[in-house]
Amino acid sequence: MEKAVSTHQLTKRFGDFIATNAITFDVAQGEIFGFLGANGAGKTTAMRMLCGLLKPSSGEATVAGFDVYRQSEKIKQNIGYMSQRFSLYEDLTVRENIRFYGGIYGLHRADIPAKTHQILQKLGIESVGDSLVASLPLGWKQKLAFSVALIHEPKIVFLDEPTGGVDPITRRQFWDLIYEAAHGGTTVFVTTHYMDEAEYCNRVSIMVDGKMQALDTPAGLKTTYDVDSMDAVFQILARGTSAK
Amino acid sequence: MNRFIAFVRKEFFHILRDRRTLLILFGLPLAQVLLFGFALTNEIKNAKIAILDNDKSPHSQQITNKLLASGYFQLQENLRSNQDIERAFRKGTIKLAVVFPTGFTNNYEHGRNSQIQLLADASEQNTAISLTNYATAIIRDYTAERNPNAQLPLTIDVRSRMVFNPELKGAFVFVPGVMAMVLLLVSALMTSVTIARERETGTLEVLMVSPLSQGQILLGKVVPYLLLSFLNGCVIIALGVFVLNVPLNGSLLLLLAETLLFIFLALSIGIFISSLVETQLVAMFASLMAMLLPTIFLSGFIFPIESMPKPLQIISNIIPAKYFIGIVKGIMIKGAGLQYLWQPTLVLIGMSVLFMGLSLRNLKTRLA
Repeated sequence: MEKAVSTHQLTKRFGDFIATNAITFDVAQGEIFGFLGANGAGKTTAMRMLCGLLKPSSGEATVAGFDVYRQSEKIKQNIGYMSQRFSLYEDLTVRENIRFYGGIYGLHRADIPAKTHQILQKLGIESVGDSLVASLPLGWKQKLAFSVALIHEPKIVFLDEPTGGVDPITRRQFWDLIYEAAHGGTTVFVTTHYMDEAEYCNRVSIMVDGKMQALDTPAGLKTTYDVDSMDAVFQILARGTSAK
Repeated sequence: MNRFIAFVRKEFFHILRDRRTLLILFGLPLAQVLLFGFALTNEIKNAKIAILDNDKSPHSQQITNKLLASGYFQLQENLRSNQDIERAFRKGTIKLAVVFPTGFTNNYEHGRNSQIQLLADASEQNTAISLTNYATAIIRDYTAERNPNAQLPLTIDVRSRMVFNPELKGAFVFVPGVMAMVLLLVSALMTSVTIARERETGTLEVLMVSPLSQGQILLGKVVPYLLLSFLNGCVIIALGVFVLNVPLNGSLLLLLAETLLFIFLALSIGIFISSLVETQLVAMFASLMAMLLPTIFLSGFIFPIESMPKPLQIISNIIPAKYFIGIVKGIMIKGAGLQYLWQPTLVLIGMSVLFMGLSLRNLKTRLA
């Protein structure tokens, strides 16, 4: 199977501090890959390197088959990105946001109205198309931000803690969108610290202090550590305590 | 190109949606120009004076009338004695006292050295100097009219002529200064705040991940403000010319081109500031402190550079507004062309290139 993301000994140092320490992993095309870790474990740094926001200190990585050192422009055209902080413009309407992101991702002007209609219909928010984004509830904003991140049909979408601060039902609905995207062949690379979300991923990696401590399917991890939830696996790895 | 247009479009939405931004953008220049043009002027009109006429002659009466007819002076009171002079000054009701000594006419008509004493309230030194100059000129005029052929031996008659601005109109000085200040303020402040805002909300990161290049992002931030600030510049020029009667002796085209150049420089500085700071608040303070205050105090706008201490004179050379004010005065008032103004123009171009380059480099290193 073709690899969507491939890293080898990828490292980022900030002075003496090693944020990401020689991580090596592959993500398959169409996979939902969960990237777990406590705050400061290095997951955001790793993701920023893959998105071309940070230059790695050493190691190798390719995203969508392109090298992160030399082909970051190619990478940018093939990835979508949604940050933990909100990525839509609050003083623009829903339609204007879609139009803007469609524009900067190089969609043809004639295609944008159809795309806008498609997104609004899929999310069931046609009625608020001309409202300012600031007036939408957080859950709607996040679903809209995700759809906008996919507007140019990227091969890979990076989601940096996309569901922060929303209720479990909205989170579930958000994951339905993720499944739908993955089903369509998009690779989803998602960081989270919600352990229930970890269960939804095809494979999960857990970062502790810049190192990748585990990488397996949720079921595989639970078997390895002989526990019955991802939360327990995380407790053992990240906090060094046994949940048994 | 389509990407770029989409970006510029979005910037216009930001500006036009925000009422406060619009107010700063268009209300501020209007208020500033009118305020500086009408209220803050150093011209002298109807200054209150007192006359102590110890001579009580036709000559003293005619000189008094001539002074009062000039429009610069207004008679507050007729004094009776020297003690009255001090009292009037202390009360602060008069700015200037004119004293005709006894025997003034006698001396005058016999060709002896006749004197008129002018006493000015120098607690406002600039006003005092202007008032005595005006009064001296008027009195000298009077003598010249009376004795057109008089050749007074051993008298050096200094005749100064104020070229370019014979009436010493304050607006001539203030309009270029206000223009520089407003354009700098609006341009630098607005761009620095808009980029800092994107950084704060996290959208800058999303833009960085998008296929837009850094150059496109910077330019996309610059273009809308360039257009709006240019419109602003035109409004200020129009106000200056049509409302405050500042002449436009040089080429309008050259003036507009120089204005555009200065705006671009101001925007580059704004972007440079925003590439250094994290939040909108810091961006705003940095712009105000780094741009506004030096522009007001060190550009020659309010205080003449020539009368500053040497170290400040040297510092004034790095103030962009100094060059722009010189250029605007040169074009509008003196009618100078590019052959006289190429040096300050080159300085402005050089500064723009420097700040744009530094901002691009800063944005790059922040990502590495």
